[in-house]
Amino acid sequence: MFVPLAVGDMLGKLTLNAIPLDQPIPLIAGGVVILVVVAVIAWIVLRGHLPYLWREWITSVDHKRIGVMYVLLGLVMLLRGFIDAIMMRSQQALAFHAAGYLPPEHYDQVFSAHGTIMIFFAAMPLMIGLMNFVVPLQLGVRDVAFPTLNSTSFWLTATGALLVNISLVIGEFARTGWLPYPPLSEARYSPGVGVDYYLWALQISGVGTLLTGVNFVTTILKIRAPGMSYLRMPVFCWTALCANLLIVAAFPVLTATLAMLLLDRYLGFHFFTNSAGGNMMMFINLIWAWGHPEVYILVLPAFGVFSEVIPTFSGKPLFGYRSMVVATLFICLVSFLVWLHHFFTMGAGGDVNATFGIATSIIAVGTGVKIYNWMFTMYGGRIRFATPMLWSMGFLVTFTIGGMTGVLLAVPPADFQLHNSLFLVAHFHNVIIAGVLFAAFAGLTYWFPKAFGFRLHEGWGKAAFWFSLAGFYITFIPLYAVGLLGMTRRMQHYDLALWRPWVLAAGVGILVFMCALACQVIQLVVSIRRREELRDFTGDPWNGRSLEWSTASPPPAFNFAVLPNVQGEEPYWHIKRRAIETQQLTAEPDYQPIEMPRNSPTGFITAFFATVTGFALIWDIWWLVGVGLACAYAVFVWFAWRDVEEHQIPAEEVARIDRARRKAREEWLATEGHEEWLTSHGQGGTS
Amino acid sequence: MAAYARGLSAVRPSRYLPVSARIAAALATASLAGCSGGVLQPRGPIGAADSQILLDAVGIMSAIVVPTIAALFIFAWWFRASNPRARYQPDFVYSGRLEIIIWSIPILVIMFLGGVIWIGSHELDPYRPISADEPPLEVQVVSLDWKWLFIYPQQRIASVNELVIPVGTPVHFELTSASVMNAFFVPQLGSMIATMNGMKTQLNLTADHPGDYYGESTQYSGDGFSGMHFVVHAVAKDEFPRWVSTVQQDGPALDRNGYFDLLQQTQNARPFTYRSVDPSLFQAILTHQLPPGPGPYVGGAGPNVRPVGGR
Repeated sequence: MFVPLAVGDMLGKLTLNAIPLDQPIPLIAGGVVILVVVAVIAWIVLRGHLPYLWREWITSVDHKRIGVMYVLLGLVMLLRGFIDAIMMRSQQALAFHAAGYLPPEHYDQVFSAHGTIMIFFAAMPLMIGLMNFVVPLQLGVRDVAFPTLNSTSFWLTATGALLVNISLVIGEFARTGWLPYPPLSEARYSPGVGVDYYLWALQISGVGTLLTGVNFVTTILKIRAPGMSYLRMPVFCWTALCANLLIVAAFPVLTATLAMLLLDRYLGFHFFTNSAGGNMMMFINLIWAWGHPEVYILVLPAFGVFSEVIPTFSGKPLFGYRSMVVATLFICLVSFLVWLHHFFTMGAGGDVNATFGIATSIIAVGTGVKIYNWMFTMYGGRIRFATPMLWSMGFLVTFTIGGMTGVLLAVPPADFQLHNSLFLVAHFHNVIIAGVLFAAFAGLTYWFPKAFGFRLHEGWGKAAFWFSLAGFYITFIPLYAVGLLGMTRRMQHYDLALWRPWVLAAGVGILVFMCALACQVIQLVVSIRRREELRDFTGDPWNGRSLEWSTASPPPAFNFAVLPNVQGEEPYWHIKRRAIETQQLTAEPDYQPIEMPRNSPTGFITAFFATVTGFALIWDIWWLVGVGLACAYAVFVWFAWRDVEEHQIPAEEVARIDRARRKAREEWLATEGHEEWLTSHGQGGTS
Repeated sequence: MAAYARGLSAVRPSRYLPVSARIAAALATASLAGCSGGVLQPRGPIGAADSQILLDAVGIMSAIVVPTIAALFIFAWWFRASNPRARYQPDFVYSGRLEIIIWSIPILVIMFLGGVIWIGSHELDPYRPISADEPPLEVQVVSLDWKWLFIYPQQRIASVNELVIPVGTPVHFELTSASVMNAFFVPQLGSMIATMNGMKTQLNLTADHPGDYYGESTQYSGDGFSGMHFVVHAVAKDEFPRWVSTVQQDGPALDRNGYFDLLQQTQNARPFTYRSVDPSLFQAILTHQLPPGPGPYVGGAGPNVRPVGGR
């Protein structure tokens, strides 16, 4: 309004009114975030870290570096989503017969942002980050199939996260819940830019996720070390394969569905509107045709993490490896056949509801088999309760309960009473926190020494685990109870005294979670400060079984000086066993120069223009949309016309790096105590 | 739970008391925010059957879940590295017999549960009429931004955010939405059902105890969602006609014009009644003869909600 007309026209819908000057909470929150970001950037620039950061991280196409950046993004967004959770729990604790401190129009944004951020920008990056880091190492190869595409995927995901967070300061976020059901999300009922922020953030990051899917399916199917047949792949690779197949199959559905909603909102189409033949049920069908597989996209890699951690810390191979693979494939397939259980209450009738109810409970067969296989992996083992194993135990017990409440919700008459209640909310937090989040922390602790060369501090890690476990139960058991008492989700205020004690108890749970967060931060700080005493010299800190432990910690850019020749399941276990038996490493190989992909800023620059385009689309700044798209395309052309795509690491360099690793291994071999190890440890997986 | 217990004690004895005492008891319950318990304290046959299935399913699954969790703890504890008495069997990685058991247990449980699901889904399909000696009471439900409109087509009256039903008589609901999606739910009476614009859903419920029951929307529908709850007064059969005649004597009439006022977005609407109602109103909303709700007021540029040639 106070902007001169000409400039005002240039900025589309964007005016100074978009900044919530009248709402102190988002304004202060946004201000603090901006200050922190500016401070971090200033520190980087002033200390002269920028060239290093640009060269080694931002433009890196190394799958390990990209994996680390994904995990970092996931952790930062986890923090943001957690702050939303604190706001929701505290609002409900205060809003009994009262307005609380968040008015509906703000509270509605908070829970919408919480769900969106936690699923798309915390859980997904954490899982994709672990896959990025681990899968090529486990397959015994040097990188993913399309390294530059991998970098582009990451930066497009970061674009989505950035757009969602920009909405905190400029404009608003969606007030529709994390899945914007029409007609509420149509322009008529949500005229603001909130839903547009949601849609464009997800469209852009969705492209990144789809590209990740393509990349990893190709990598796992086509690029494996010699001898690494499908049935010799670690289970984490199998779950990664299935998760990425699900991405490739499901994410286009999401993109198409959101595109239809965009057409409705921007160009007056009538896919899901009330009038002119639109049908909102179609959106709900389509969004869950993506949404249910999405659950398994998150949880399958999590199952993979536990399938690595539990054998390692039980000192035994995974029990029933083939059964595990079959169960994974089974879940992958059936996950596409159950989406209707998200709307049993839309009145589809007995036949349809019963069919999908039974299909849903059948998934529990695959999951049940997995639980039993992990259980029998522990049977006859020598279990070391290090932090990753604690997370796994917490998962096994808690996830079993979550699975039970999930099957309960798959029984239509029970769902008729519990749908959309806080019982449902407790259920999916039960499976996502115990499944995905616990897996992320188990995996993080487990592979951290591989990535950085030193272990995380055990004491603080264990404290974080126990606080998380307690926090989970104290928060969500009351939510189960209050759901049974009829409390529905997304209430900004309520008047029923019956619910109050449970809501307050859940509020206490979130305080316990805050202690867990504090422990995580302290763990990181303490571990970095004491990194010398926590250093992993051998590259095998946990007595591991798969190939990632055969290389140094951190691994060289090329991962393996010579690609391993795989002769059975658990290849590294056999290499280690032979080395101990013969008291020597295999003969030094003939080192060859290695070609590695060159770093490229393509991903970063493309994502920069994607951010510009997305922002311009949200605010109807059409000239900027044109500029953004043209520049993004130009970056692609510039990349496609490159002359040199690889650089060579000379043989001497490879030899120097690998000899250092061999030296550390030889020193380890020379220490005492391996005879006992040899007699007491089994043969490992069947060769 | 204390409030629930008090609510109960206020409701239960009322079955055996004279009318005046019953009304006093009803008022007492109403003062306790009008509400009582959750889905596990059903006050009608549908709610009772729903929650029975819920408990049965928990029972069936507990039969394997509880031993499984126990075994997880036992295995983890016994096979801890520091226990010298545990036998280390690093080559125990496959057992055909065990695999068969591992796959069979969940399959058998799910087959059993599948039967429960199939029968339950059909028996408790919300559209299925409740068998009774008397014809059901018809109620047409319209979810608006952000309140509930209940139309009694047989009695030609209507109410907002307040539903009065006779105890023991089945109620047949026909539901639609005037704007965005919502869901109609009375936890103590049983099954919920979605309300959607341009579509009609159905629900059959019975209350078998007099009392006041909390009802709500269970599908988030925008800023006023949290205030979109209502009270169900389940009253004695002979009391219901008296309530109807009281309503018929007083209050505004609901014609199409009055409906447009109702269609505007309002929050936390207090309950009130209409002495008469246009009998074709529900059908007109359902078939878009009356346009959907206008949504939020956007600086005067919003769509004109009055139909062309209205009034």
